Amino acid sequence: MENPSFVDHEKFFDCVHCGLCLASCPTYVELGTETDSPRGRIVLMRALQEGHAQLNDEVVQHLDLCLGCRACETACPSGVQYGALIEGARPFIEEHYRRPVLERGKRWLMNKTFPNPWGARVFALFLKVGAALGLARFARAEAIPATLRYWFGLLPERGSVSASPLLEHYPAIGEKRHTVAVLSGCVMSTVFGATNQATVKVLRHNGCEVLIPKAQSCCGALLLHNGEKQTALALAKRNIDVFDQLDIDALIINAAGCGAMMKEYGELFKDDPAYRDKAARLTEKMKDVAEFVGGLTLRPPTREVRAKATYHDACHLAHGQGVREQPRALLRAIPGLELTNLPESDWCCGSAGTYNLTQPEMAARLLERKVGHIQATQADVVVTGNPGCLMQIRAGLRQSGLPITAVHTIDLLAGAYED
Amino acid sequence: MEQQVLDRLHDIVGPDGVVAHKSARSVYDCDGYTLEKAVPELVVLPHSTEEVAAVVKFLNKAKIAFVPRGAGTGLSGGCLPVEAPVMIGTSRLNKIVHIDLLNRYVVAQSGVVNLWVSNAVKEQGFQYAPDPSSQQACTIGGNIAENSGGPHTLKYGVTTNHVLGLEVVLPDGEIVTLGGTVEDVPGYDLRGITIGAEGTFGIVTQAALKLTRQPQAYRTFLAVFESVHHATQTVSGIIASGIVPAALEMMDTLIIQAIEEAFHFGFPTDAGAVLIIEIDGLAASLDPQTERIQAICKHNQAREVRIARDDAERMALWKSRKRAFGAIGRLSPNYCTQDGVVPRTKVPDILQRITEVSEKYQLRIANVFHAGDGNIHPILMYDERNADETRRVVQAGKEILNACVDLGGSLTGEHGIGVEKMGQMPLIFSPEDLMVMTQLRSVFNPANLCNPNKIIPTPGGCIDVTTPRRQVPL
Repeated sequence: MENPSFVDHEKFFDCVHCGLCLASCPTYVELGTETDSPRGRIVLMRALQEGHAQLNDEVVQHLDLCLGCRACETACPSGVQYGALIEGARPFIEEHYRRPVLERGKRWLMNKTFPNPWGARVFALFLKVGAALGLARFARAEAIPATLRYWFGLLPERGSVSASPLLEHYPAIGEKRHTVAVLSGCVMSTVFGATNQATVKVLRHNGCEVLIPKAQSCCGALLLHNGEKQTALALAKRNIDVFDQLDIDALIINAAGCGAMMKEYGELFKDDPAYRDKAARLTEKMKDVAEFVGGLTLRPPTREVRAKATYHDACHLAHGQGVREQPRALLRAIPGLELTNLPESDWCCGSAGTYNLTQPEMAARLLERKVGHIQATQADVVVTGNPGCLMQIRAGLRQSGLPITAVHTIDLLAGAYED
Repeated sequence: MEQQVLDRLHDIVGPDGVVAHKSARSVYDCDGYTLEKAVPELVVLPHSTEEVAAVVKFLNKAKIAFVPRGAGTGLSGGCLPVEAPVMIGTSRLNKIVHIDLLNRYVVAQSGVVNLWVSNAVKEQGFQYAPDPSSQQACTIGGNIAENSGGPHTLKYGVTTNHVLGLEVVLPDGEIVTLGGTVEDVPGYDLRGITIGAEGTFGIVTQAALKLTRQPQAYRTFLAVFESVHHATQTVSGIIASGIVPAALEMMDTLIIQAIEEAFHFGFPTDAGAVLIIEIDGLAASLDPQTERIQAICKHNQAREVRIARDDAERMALWKSRKRAFGAIGRLSPNYCTQDGVVPRTKVPDILQRITEVSEKYQLRIANVFHAGDGNIHPILMYDERNADETRRVVQAGKEILNACVDLGGSLTGEHGIGVEKMGQMPLIFSPEDLMVMTQLRSVFNPANLCNPNKIIPTPGGCIDVTTPRRQVPL
């Protein structure tokens, strides 16, 4: 049987089967099965596309288990675009493979929730109620099943969901240097309002006028990871329309997952005459907040933050966008902060978009590994640049009962500027 | 595979330790040598030495042949299952068991990645010296099987010089210790003959590895030449001057272009050849050596000699070099890396022969190699979808190795014989030599169940690669 082509076939031939990616892949190192390694998955995907393999439980299981962390792309000497391969396979699986009922229900719910404003509000309400009741404390309750404890652990702190919503416009503080727009994001705006506020604060303190158009939407990343390509593209178009008409120097994104996806808008629309130019133009302006602020001559923060911090590289920042040094440089600029090295800092924590919802078992294994490394550094605070990682790592720290907090890079930096 | 075999293996390693599904097994059909493929009937992934021993004991009793596999980064098909239905993977034996800095050794399981060993002792100023280019993924077990080298073997030696002792599961399932954790164990050096036996003497499950102090300082040069001839003269000049560089690597135009495209280090893409020269040791000793190396390069008409300014630049240079093979993927969908040895002074001759082979077979061939010890690595590019080209690659590879032997060299520097070069063993060994080797193997592996059809050609067992059997077989 010849399966329909789901990805540019030539992309498979970039892989020369050298195997240098293996030890960079968290699922391979955890399981030791080459079917759960990047090279093995490429063999499976190619077999699918060439019709040598059927879309059966076995094959789907190994492709589903891929985190999409793209650590393999960093390791690959041959320039294999692994992300493009797996993102191509996912819609193909969704279209042609029938999952068990519960699994389908779960995925349907997720795909409906995040991109829909009402869904996002219900989700936010759910989280707010959970946070207000202080349910996170049950993360350590022995009497509750482990999965449920983990879910409770994912709930936000009481304070973080109640931050005031963003305005559409903020003037620069001091001499104006740039005009920028900020993506408020679906998860960020509902659960990480405080981080959005912090982003605006740091940008203003560094001479940026900040625009946050209300008409913007979810970036589409979570949908794309779940194989819902068409809906994801519709959301992307809306964002392109909204941001492209603004006269801005940069579009700032403070969620690594959104940034990695949005920087692919140019590639996603390269065959769409109506959106090709606009998408390419906007992609040029996209910057992760740490990438952008780290590239400015920083106006030095003055408030001391007396703590020992360690930095976790979000996959979609380090592997997806190549942003590694700038966040660390920003942390070093904070007076009083001691930055200590985290072993395996660029290993996935298991969050990976909605991976912790779809593959809870592997997510928990990777989280345990991550928390072990964090604990060994004896840091007071672990810093990272992605909401998914923050929720995941917080859940892990809570479950282990460790007195360590997890914050966004920009939260810590904002705290070092005067209010 | 018969159900009762499957059931018994399940009992030993648990259901998650057996890979039986047809699609899943297919990813184990080859290693980094992709010209020949064969899917194992079953892959077993034991969690401990005891499980390896129990699996092997059972297979020995049932007279089922088996093949060990590490990370599958080998380049001669050493873990290809040829008439060996069961593959035993070491990927779950991935713990560093013990670190003894005072006595300078590490005990690691065989599935531990080479680089993890150095990383584990880096902060304390130590390293595990053998550094094959695949060190970010290849395993200690595979390194021991192939007696792997790497760019720094010129000064530090190969794997065997850094392994104190081995824990091996013999082909009948017995667990033995060869060597120990101290130097100079009396008696025959059984450890020594097991290293480089390509997994035909048993399955190594654990090893005591010698640690080396990290050098106090490094000096790394990139010397640019118009021709391979001048670069070779420089290599000979440096060695003749009494300097022992830590590494002396050469790359030709085609490979320079590939890695420049991949890593943007700033290699001159119009150069005939570049040398990466590294010296290390006490900081005070490096300045005089630097001056002499620069003088030798200039004397041999180097266009330019750059010195890595800091550790970051040095690491970037080595990253480019070590990932050179993979970077070929940007030029060609498939490649075959050859691994021959010639006397150091014959490097220009072999490169001339390679150029002739390249023209004769209409193939692109890039060269990147350990010039200091005459270990060449021509990379033959092809597209496996083109059956004729694939056949030509096999022929051309053989012809290059024959040329190495003609020039007084050998068939392999560090990749091993595997299945790839088995047919050429008679070029350097007499039938008597091969018989002695077979007898030696019989001491460890009398029934030839452990990694059969490797290294020593046997009538009927020798596979002659002439055509790619299939694309992705499932």
